[in-house]
Amino acid sequence: MSPILTGTFKVKIGLAQMLKGGVIMDVVTPEQAKIAEDAGAVAVMALERVPADIRAQGGVARMSDPELILKIMDAVSIPVMAKVRIGHFVEAQILEAIGVDFIDESEVLTPADEEHHIDKHKFKVPFVAGARNLGEALRRIAEGAAMIRTKGEAGTGDVVEAVRHARAVLGAIRRLQSMAEEEVYAFAKEIRAPLELVLETRRLGRLPVVNFAAGGIATPADAALMMQLGMDGIFVGSGIFKSENPAKRAAAIVKAVTHYNDPAILAEVSKGLGEPMRGRQVMDLREEERLAGRGW
Amino acid sequence: MSRDNGKIPRIGVLALQGDFLEHRQMLERLGALVREVRLPEHLDGLDGLIIPGGESTTMGKLAVDFGLIEPLRAFAAEKAMWGTCAGAIFMSKDARRDQPLLGVMNIEVERNAFGRQVDSFEIDIDVPALRVVDPDPKPFHAIFIRAPLIEAVHPPAEVLARLPDGRIVAAQQGHLLATAFHPELTDDPRFHQYFLHLVRQAAPAR
Repeated sequence: MSPILTGTFKVKIGLAQMLKGGVIMDVVTPEQAKIAEDAGAVAVMALERVPADIRAQGGVARMSDPELILKIMDAVSIPVMAKVRIGHFVEAQILEAIGVDFIDESEVLTPADEEHHIDKHKFKVPFVAGARNLGEALRRIAEGAAMIRTKGEAGTGDVVEAVRHARAVLGAIRRLQSMAEEEVYAFAKEIRAPLELVLETRRLGRLPVVNFAAGGIATPADAALMMQLGMDGIFVGSGIFKSENPAKRAAAIVKAVTHYNDPAILAEVSKGLGEPMRGRQVMDLREEERLAGRGW
Repeated sequence: MSRDNGKIPRIGVLALQGDFLEHRQMLERLGALVREVRLPEHLDGLDGLIIPGGESTTMGKLAVDFGLIEPLRAFAAEKAMWGTCAGAIFMSKDARRDQPLLGVMNIEVERNAFGRQVDSFEIDIDVPALRVVDPDPKPFHAIFIRAPLIEAVHPPAEVLARLPDGRIVAAQQGHLLATAFHPELTDDPRFHQYFLHLVRQAAPAR
């Protein structure tokens, strides 16, 4: 009889592929998780504090209490993700032990290791990791990430950094494809990425794993913008539950991701959503307030 | 059985959410014309439709919101339709949970029946029906991602494939097909060829 294989890279990237064209929402309670599921979220990110509050309150941001994550897992039938600090492989072991469906090794939390990310190949649970450019994305994939997202600038409600990171990754892939073959070696060295993954990216014309947008997305138009730029799906963090009408905004962003190329539908779903999250302009942030620079 | 006189099949892939691109690529490799379906009018002129993997709750909600439920039921009454994973749940009569379903196949499914993501798995299974498109009896490599189980199959639906322990993971009802796993995530085209075979069978003689 043929063996049953679990925790393979194929089943890890398989779940990411099932999330495509969908919206993953940050939630801090089981009630919010239900609202997200009812609005059409494909997954939820279980957290104690959304990035906007982490930003406002300061202090060390760590993995959330497993009890809270388990309550959220009980509340919904969709996949549940949770965040660990960069390099904190024991937080990841704990999340795998309680059965979360996806781990985000996230710059939104305070990094635990300033040199090394988690060896994600060692886990059965898939990981998503943030990236600002192609080199960073491919380094994370080399470490075993089954999904990449832009870092954006979490908790600001300003989409500008997510756009910058999306354009950096996708633009570099376009340059890579138009390059002469002998130039690829120097390019791989320049972006500090494994040659094998650079060659695979060149052949595919896209990252070898699913690539989502995250960080600062607050409106249906923001979400559709990221989809039209070529992202596979959307994370919305503070943008939903820091707005005036979370259920309505959540459902509108879900529709905008499906119909991202249909301006008439985008106009319809953008109507009457109430106040978006207040937000902060990324250009007003002090250098030490920026999260995207965390991770290496 | 009618012959299609070499006509190129026009296949839709429901693109509300999920891995519709992987289905599209496999169908195009097999020479089909493919259209992404997001609104009822996108079904016009299609010979068959695939409902991909993804989240069945998301797909169901979007199908209700954009008026697709009745048009999809009418489509399934005449044309070939295939659901993979979430798509199979969406086509079922009963998913043991309150969520929008097409109810076009007489099967009962249990969502996330194998556990959470760490329990997702790959395994070779035997699918005798595929010998219609390829006489080689080699097994099919099936990928199950937070997969449902087909708990019961009632006539006119029939069992198409089982796990080695006997649990049902694929079913067919005339020109309708449901698989709990994801042939679109493999390089093996036999399931898509089998679906195109059902598309030709469902096409009216001309």
